Amino acid sequence: MAMTMVEKILAKACDQKSVKVGDVLEPRVDLAMSHENGALVINQFQEIYKDTGLDARVWDPKKIAIIFDHRVPAESSKTAGNQKKIRDFVRRQGISRFHDIRGDEGGICHQILPESGYVLPGQVVVGTDSHTTSHGALGAFAFGIGATEMASVWALGQILNVEVPATIKVSVSGTFPKFVLPKDLILFLIGQLSAEGANFKVIEFHGPAIKKMSTSGRLVICNMTVEAGATSGIVPPDEETLRYLKEEAGVKGKVETMAPDADAVYDREITIDAGALVPQIACPHTVDNVKPINQVAGKKIDQIVIGSCTNGRLDDLAVAAKILKGKKVAAGTRMLVFPASARIFLQALKAGYIADLMEAGAVVMNTGCGPCLGVHQGALADGDVALATTNRNFKGRMGNPNAEVYLCSPAVAAFSAISGVISDPRQGGK
Amino acid sequence: MAKVVFKLGDDISTDIIYPGRFMATVLPSETPQYAFADNADFNAKVRKKEFAPGSVIVAGKNFGCGSSREQAASCLKGPDFVVVARNFARIFLQNSINLGLKMVICPDIEANEADELEIGAERVVNKSSGKSFAVTPLPKARQAIIDAGGLIPFTRKRMEEGKKNQLG
Repeated sequence: MAMTMVEKILAKACDQKSVKVGDVLEPRVDLAMSHENGALVINQFQEIYKDTGLDARVWDPKKIAIIFDHRVPAESSKTAGNQKKIRDFVRRQGISRFHDIRGDEGGICHQILPESGYVLPGQVVVGTDSHTTSHGALGAFAFGIGATEMASVWALGQILNVEVPATIKVSVSGTFPKFVLPKDLILFLIGQLSAEGANFKVIEFHGPAIKKMSTSGRLVICNMTVEAGATSGIVPPDEETLRYLKEEAGVKGKVETMAPDADAVYDREITIDAGALVPQIACPHTVDNVKPINQVAGKKIDQIVIGSCTNGRLDDLAVAAKILKGKKVAAGTRMLVFPASARIFLQALKAGYIADLMEAGAVVMNTGCGPCLGVHQGALADGDVALATTNRNFKGRMGNPNAEVYLCSPAVAAFSAISGVISDPRQGGK
Repeated sequence: MAKVVFKLGDDISTDIIYPGRFMATVLPSETPQYAFADNADFNAKVRKKEFAPGSVIVAGKNFGCGSSREQAASCLKGPDFVVVARNFARIFLQNSINLGLKMVICPDIEANEADELEIGAERVVNKSSGKSFAVTPLPKARQAIIDAGGLIPFTRKRMEEGKKNQLG
């Protein structure tokens, strides 16, 4: 039977020849990721074993990754306590893929996983974070789950009651115009699908514009598929996937890949011409409230934010640094930059991007989830307007329900920083 | 009969249900104090335990979209709310099932605050308006977890079966 990418992955993870949409499976998990909410996972994990007489050991400590990123360094004694509890658990259980608060190997989970070579094509990856969808960029079936679900995975090594999701096929042709980036593609698609248009479905990306896209760009588009409700996004692995794994993630040896069948059955098919795209802006207070930039250009911005698991990678910082080099962030506008990982931060330092950004007036913060979810610096005042390369603009997202968040690409964010208003990079920022 | 105590629109995100700045609080026994924290009136009533168990929150499409934070489900489970929505975002739906938060998928629901609802397995009847609305049953696989009393007992059962198999 012809199968999509995710159907093939699930069949393999269940030792079945084939699976079809709606089948209920209990696939093996190859990688189980948590961040600070690991504290709740530990609590629920211990709850499972309570009064059973069984030893509460995780099924495979090598397949669990824990990355501190949401509140680093700890913003409160409560968080510090949670982090300490997780550190103790990691030590007792022998969990090796642990990234503590460090300037050499720390970072945001959705950058640490790919850059460390933890994710391989064809794997089943679960994470207690909704943006776990990111890892479909490497051809894995990766999706977000809650803490209790993760506790069950830690105990069993399987995820119970997974229904095989239907798949939406998105084919992207053409070549991206200058200053139109993968972020604009995914914002456009979310606008088309709506915030629930892909609920319980997978989005599989195809086409020449995806083939030419770097893994960094693929991480952007898969990351935000959840904003259309998708269970996951996925890009069938290709030469670029293998290059990334070997050259950037340090994966040694042969990497197995798989492709969807040519006659696989899709829920629906969408085609997009990248060449016809313009910069997109997601307006308050939902991510699917997407408009072409000309409809919101000129909007005064109080705070620009570049970073996050969506757009805090080296190419994002490079785009911003090139635009801001020798220029200044507008008076009355604040600019915050937080790289997606320590490795990226160091690369950006060596490339001179950090100096370019700081000399322009940007505040470069440590790696982590930072201002994106409003828990750790960069909070907005009542009435403030932020323009961010992050992934969500829900009411209250940046720490204040009486503020507004607009979402955009790093090119739009950098140009807008100079003028202090939302500005189209294709027009030289004017 | 259950009373509607809160009426909400479409796309209510987990940032609205449980704002990110309270995420360091994780224990289900402690999360209800931050339920809808940015809505001062509603939150104060939750804190003062003014709502009878089984009180209903009615919402539109895509309830619980966004972050996977389980606090968004546990903070409503504590006060024993029932959520009736046109549909739910995937992770929130699964978290609710796993924790035993009662929720009802009712694609055409129409109700206002103070309305009295009769919630059955197949229909929700709005006693105040006299209208009745069909319920979409949960997929069979998910119902199995609810029947087991949540994912923790369901997982425990699975481990015991595994142990038996090993011994057998």
